[in-house]
Amino acid sequence: MARAIVNAPAQAKRGEIIEIKTLAAHAMETGFRRTQLGELIPRDIIRRFTCSYNGVEVYRVDLHPAVAANPLIAFTTTATETGTLSFQWVGDNGYSVTEIAPIRVE
Amino acid sequence: MTTRREFLVLAAASLAAPTAAKAQLDPNLAAKRKAAYEEALGKVVGGARVRAGRVKLQLPPLIDNGNSVPLSVAVESPMTVADHVKAIHVFTQRNPLPDVVSVHLGPRAGRAGISTRVRLADTQTVVAIAELSDGTFWSDSAEVVVTLSACLEEGLI
Repeated sequence: MARAIVNAPAQAKRGEIIEIKTLAAHAMETGFRRTQLGELIPRDIIRRFTCSYNGVEVYRVDLHPAVAANPLIAFTTTATETGTLSFQWVGDNGYSVTEIAPIRVE
Repeated sequence: MTTRREFLVLAAASLAAPTAAKAQLDPNLAAKRKAAYEEALGKVVGGARVRAGRVKLQLPPLIDNGNSVPLSVAVESPMTVADHVKAIHVFTQRNPLPDVVSVHLGPRAGRAGISTRVRLADTQTVVAIAELSDGTFWSDSAEVVVTLSACLEEGLI
């Protein structure tokens, strides 16, 4: 059930600063909560988010348990050339999601 | 011979001791969290001086629910190859873990910043630190009041 939503412009002018919003569906279990029987619920979080522009990493975030469930990350990047923006979320228990957004630059 | 007064003091002490041992919260929790915060800060900054300014940390001053708090950081920078923001770190002083997010970026970001949602365990100070390409550190902090804490199980100090 790994799902993520990316909101990025489909086209932009060269040199324009574009805003990208991403949302990943993930509980971000902190590892500090307990069940009603008092057992600790193990940590299960997304540890890293990466945004690559035509294969070059342009933005990276290290996440910790203090990030809320369903982590929202909004940031900017400069539109340099036509190509693809790829987004990757990597986390505990082998969690890995990749999303791709094509962009046309004029 | 034990006087009545001494007996009462001893009895009170023996009653108090097991109660303290049973308490769920570590009595040194506040000090430990402060130490963890200082350590996390030290790992990022090293021995460098952190100056106030250039960074703008936005958080609502009064938070009803600490489980999801909108947080945004913006750093004033031309974002050129010669002068840009390398990293932005956000720390909390009274969460179980001091780290919140670490952002790694470069001149291609256009503007240095991030918007996200975080968890806050308590009424506390949140600190954002920006590392610039020239090796200087800038920071901003925000005081927040949290009425319903995230991770209630950890309890409030």
